[in-house]
Amino acid sequence: MHSCTAGWLGRIDFRDAMRLQGECARRLKDGTGGERVLLLEHPPVITLGRNARPEDVLIDPAVLLGRGIAVERCDRGGQVTYHGPGQLVGYPVLDLSPERRDVARYLRDLEEVLIRTLARFGIATGRVAGLTGVWVGGEKIASIGVHLSRWVTTHGFALNVATDLDAFSLIVPCGIRSRGLTSMERILGIAPPLEDVASVLLPEFARVFDRTILAGSVEVEIPRPGTDDALRVEAALRPKATSCPEAAGAVAGREAR
Amino acid sequence: MRVDVIMPQMGESIAEGTLTRWLKKVGDRVARDEPIFEISTDKVDAEIPAPAAGSLVEIQVGEGQTVAVNTIVAFIETEATAAASAPKPSAAGRSTAPAGAPSRAPEAPRPSGPAPAAATPATARPASPAAGPLPAATGEIPRAAQMAASGAGPEELRRVRSSPVVRRIAREHHVDIGRLQGTGIGGRVTKKDILTALERGGGAGAAAGAGGPGMGTTGTAAPAGPAVHRPAFALGDRTAVEPLSAMRKKIAEHMVLSRRTSAHVTTVFEVDMHRVMRLREEHRQAFESRHGIKLTPTAFFVKAAVEALKAFPVVNSSIEGDNVVYRKDIHVGVAVALDWGLIVPVIKNAGDRTLSGLAKAIVDLADRARGRKLQPDDVQGGTFTITNPGSYGALFGTPIISQPQVAIMGVGSIAKRVVVVDDAIAVHPTVHLSLSFDHRLIDGAVADQFMAHIKTALEEARFPEVL
Repeated sequence: MHSCTAGWLGRIDFRDAMRLQGECARRLKDGTGGERVLLLEHPPVITLGRNARPEDVLIDPAVLLGRGIAVERCDRGGQVTYHGPGQLVGYPVLDLSPERRDVARYLRDLEEVLIRTLARFGIATGRVAGLTGVWVGGEKIASIGVHLSRWVTTHGFALNVATDLDAFSLIVPCGIRSRGLTSMERILGIAPPLEDVASVLLPEFARVFDRTILAGSVEVEIPRPGTDDALRVEAALRPKATSCPEAAGAVAGREAR
Repeated sequence: MRVDVIMPQMGESIAEGTLTRWLKKVGDRVARDEPIFEISTDKVDAEIPAPAAGSLVEIQVGEGQTVAVNTIVAFIETEATAAASAPKPSAAGRSTAPAGAPSRAPEAPRPSGPAPAAATPATARPASPAAGPLPAATGEIPRAAQMAASGAGPEELRRVRSSPVVRRIAREHHVDIGRLQGTGIGGRVTKKDILTALERGGGAGAAAGAGGPGMGTTGTAAPAGPAVHRPAFALGDRTAVEPLSAMRKKIAEHMVLSRRTSAHVTTVFEVDMHRVMRLREEHRQAFESRHGIKLTPTAFFVKAAVEALKAFPVVNSSIEGDNVVYRKDIHVGVAVALDWGLIVPVIKNAGDRTLSGLAKAIVDLADRARGRKLQPDDVQGGTFTITNPGSYGALFGTPIISQPQVAIMGVGSIAKRVVVVDDAIAVHPTVHLSLSFDHRLIDGAVADQFMAHIKTALEEARFPEVL
């Protein structure tokens, strides 16, 4: 079985994260590094995938920048989306070759990881034929967009844990106008910490992808263009077993009649 | 030598791809495995490497065009010297093995009518030498043997034995075919069946319901979709409609979540409070003057529960996935009824507190709850909960567990009741204590031993340090 190093990286700028996963993918391809699953959150940013239409960003990028929301293009599949605090972003850098060379299967597997993770929090979710992602009722709770190069994956998924859903009104998410978005917070009434969701997700990831997850030691250094200092990212994901939402104490049991 | 560059097969179920961008122009030199164009399918963007080194001499498919898999999209002219060793187009993915092959169901034996006894394989178990085998049974023997070997019933074999396309769809969407209702021959699941199931959200339902190996997790029993919605009232009815308050909504959601998550079972114990009440009466004055608060029965219930939790740590645990998480600290939530609802502040580290320490914590939390001065931290992190359905006289309640805990104790009303003491009738204050526990984790015997521990502590008034 493959082993795969995973870690919670905290809040990381989108461009830095792109460089980081690019570096991980490069190393994986040339055999100097192993597989990684980077779990993190981004400061507010709107990203345009390969198939994005500029008109799906509804607000002038200059105005957005003024509101602290960056707009970035990238080589992920899919269209326009929003990332921001409270959203668990996962960038699996995996080698799908030789036994998983099937992009549809990869997408379904990512969905499966998210569906199982959400089930752990008591949220029943599903798929919608033809609309990749994870759905609750008619609303999308997690989005997926990936990039492949020689069957090495980059980009990945974004799960709305406690995302500011209003931010999605700035765009036409994934080019779909008619369907709304939701979050774990909206469904549960409370927001589990991202790190907790991450530590529930990793065992599911391990199961679906048949990999051993080594948590706690992602260490990558990437150069920052224009500056002398390198971005050094170290992840420490506590292998935490107790990760169900606990805040439910406020609403605990009254007798059922 | 000219090498074809083809639209690669990106997966078993993918018949075409859209060429989104050429990374190289006609005339450019390319190295083997260097990305030369990008394609996209659904949510995937992929760089496609050159199948050979050479120069890109002709582009057949322009950007934005969608073509079938294996369509030639360009040609690369390899160097003449390298011609001999020019590799064939490597058509990424051509070799994709059927992903779920190992999990394929064992082929059912052909039900080609009852086999004559002579044809019965020698391996068939019942080798009844003397009496000729019963004619009706002969055909069944090999089939039964085979079924036993594969561990599947006839129904399952029939269902799982569906067409490759159905199996492929099932694999891709993680649907357990055995769980679907088949309308095909002999109950086989047809393509239409599986597509209908997926449309109904069966993908998730089936995935969650079927559950991967050992996936006894929270929420898996959740209904896949809402049932038919029946409005609570019709237009013209005399009604008043008010939105649920935020707190009510949270309570509602949590109650349903918990019911869906845990296998609730409730056990009820009657406890003679005679000695505890007498102990309390004896120390009432001293306690009040020393600590400045009243000594309430609640403190005794909490203390007795804490000691029982120490003796039965499983009651102070949670289920997380396939694991039991034992909490090393005991944090007891105590329900406080408020005019506007119910709140459950948590006595932190109740396991380390004395009776008076618990009493103080209870008074402090209840006061702050009523004064709306609780901090978020005061209501979080409970590992066990005590609630009081008895405050309005109920004999006992069957409380709902506060997730992710696995048990909750309800304290019924304390009242003077007739009891039998040493074969004599006496009038003692008694209480009914109920424990709702998560039967997924806690056996009835353990729950009852836990409760018996509490009952004994209270009936024998085992509280050495009342003050």
